[in-house]
Amino acid sequence: MTSDTNNTLRPDLAIIADWIRPTSRVLDLGCGDGTLMAYLAREKNVSGYGIEIDDQYIAPCIRAGVNVIQMDLDKGLAEFDDNSFDYVVLSLTLQATRYPDKLLAEMMRVGTEGIVTFPNFGHWSARIQLALLGKMPVSRTLPNEWYDTPNIHLCTIKDFERLCRDLRFTILERHAVDHAHKTSLGLRLLPNLLGEIALYRFRRTSGGKGT
Amino acid sequence: MPETIPADSVGLVKPRVLRFDQPLRLSSGSVLPSYELVYETYGELNNNKSNAILICHALSSNHHVAGYHSMEDRKPGWWENVVGPGKVIDTNKFFVACCNNLGGCFGSTGPASINPATGKPYGPDFPIITVRDWVESQARLADALGIDKWAAVAGGSLGGMQVLQWAVDYPERLAHAIIIAAAPKLTAQNIAFNEVARQSIRTDPDFHDGRYYEHGTEPRRGLRIARMLGHITYLSDDIMREKFGRDLRNGKIDFDYDVEFQVESYLRYQADSFVGKFDANTYLLMTKALDYFDPAEKTGGDLTAAFKSARTNFFVVSFTSDWRFAPERSREIVKALHDNDLNVSYAEIKSTQGHDAFLMKIPYYLDIFKAYMERIERYAENNSGKGR
Repeated sequence: MTSDTNNTLRPDLAIIADWIRPTSRVLDLGCGDGTLMAYLAREKNVSGYGIEIDDQYIAPCIRAGVNVIQMDLDKGLAEFDDNSFDYVVLSLTLQATRYPDKLLAEMMRVGTEGIVTFPNFGHWSARIQLALLGKMPVSRTLPNEWYDTPNIHLCTIKDFERLCRDLRFTILERHAVDHAHKTSLGLRLLPNLLGEIALYRFRRTSGGKGT
Repeated sequence: MPETIPADSVGLVKPRVLRFDQPLRLSSGSVLPSYELVYETYGELNNNKSNAILICHALSSNHHVAGYHSMEDRKPGWWENVVGPGKVIDTNKFFVACCNNLGGCFGSTGPASINPATGKPYGPDFPIITVRDWVESQARLADALGIDKWAAVAGGSLGGMQVLQWAVDYPERLAHAIIIAAAPKLTAQNIAFNEVARQSIRTDPDFHDGRYYEHGTEPRRGLRIARMLGHITYLSDDIMREKFGRDLRNGKIDFDYDVEFQVESYLRYQADSFVGKFDANTYLLMTKALDYFDPAEKTGGDLTAAFKSARTNFFVVSFTSDWRFAPERSREIVKALHDNDLNVSYAEIKSTQGHDAFLMKIPYYLDIFKAYMERIERYAENNSGKGR
């Protein structure tokens, strides 16, 4: 059908895809060109929708057969009912949203489980650039200069986990990977220092439905 | 007038007329004992009839979607930008049909037609037709053309509303629904604009309670004002500023009531070119069809429930500068669709042109529309009956 070949999913997306049960219902926030949703539909018989705001990605989604809805995540998910998806995915998009805390709360209203990945600002190279060189970090995962970046809400693994606690989310799984999206013993021991990308799967803490 | 027909046009086309003698029971309870529909088609129907696309037209347009009726035509059909060989709706691949809606004034039975019961034009006795009635009559057209299932039904504005109604009334008879610049029903503001248009027609002394044909008159003044009002709602504030600003026709203020600002000149021109071509009773009828449109009528206003039995794939498009049927209205449609787990893609096109944008050559719009059409091409191909 389309030109994309099976089983060549970017490693961080492959981890997300592994977490998602077959035939579940998924909402992918900031779905880009629809790679993940197309893969999930093909390999796991998953249904659902991708949300994307950027014009350039809408046609590729449509061509890939992905249900794409062009809308602004900063305006919330009001049109989606409570508990209408098994998973709500936010892949490398959290840092570009205007209200990350509100969006995370919305994800847990709409979905049973949330999956979030973000560039870890606590990575050693970011720390060195700021602490020793005195400049805003620029890296492979965060290539933009500070004055020209969509990434307006950067956080570290520690920051994110604190927010999850505040929002009363229970973290079910965590992965920290390097720029090649691989994990290692070091990454498992010192994720906030060595992890370039953090991946989380979480749900509402049972008993505490929260807001 | 085209010197030569452009290569990407369907070229010279001829409307055809079909007569239906099976009575049509209307939403209002009245019955049309028989009626005619004028329609055009472009492209070839394939063996399995899996490549047929129905286009539904908007308030003031008609069955003439693309191409020219003669070399003397000043302009091609109303969706020439979209329909033609190699275009977004590719007539090399699809068989495209469109009929003038019942109650129209371009050849289908309408208020100006002769009422067989009286031998005079129907006038105000022509029953009010609803979007549901149109869909019913279009389904009969499909039967007559031998088409069980449309590969897609497509339309903008009031045309998009007919597409929605198709998906509700005949879920098994269309594979894809393309709904552009539409709304799930009118707002009070929309109805208010329609009412002003109707009042301007109905209070014209030449209206004669709708029997103006018999008086050899036409409520031209009323129809002109209705059309001017319509045009204001089709454009955006931005595009009006861009097109006309406060430019003066004579370069100076003349302190009189003649045409001074360019925008006045534009509106008068639009009004003048409308009267003589459009029937006032049809205008009244079309605005009523808009006002009454509500696919959630049978489900207590619950749009999500209205789509419960829909099985169609949907493509919904809106335009940022459209304040007549704003993007939020399309989002209501999208919500009802994803509430039902239906396949839907939705795009919001940045534009300054207002409601009329759906007729324009906007690159991003045509690009995503084409991307969606490729899916329908695959559907038509896979069901064509030919080996793969």
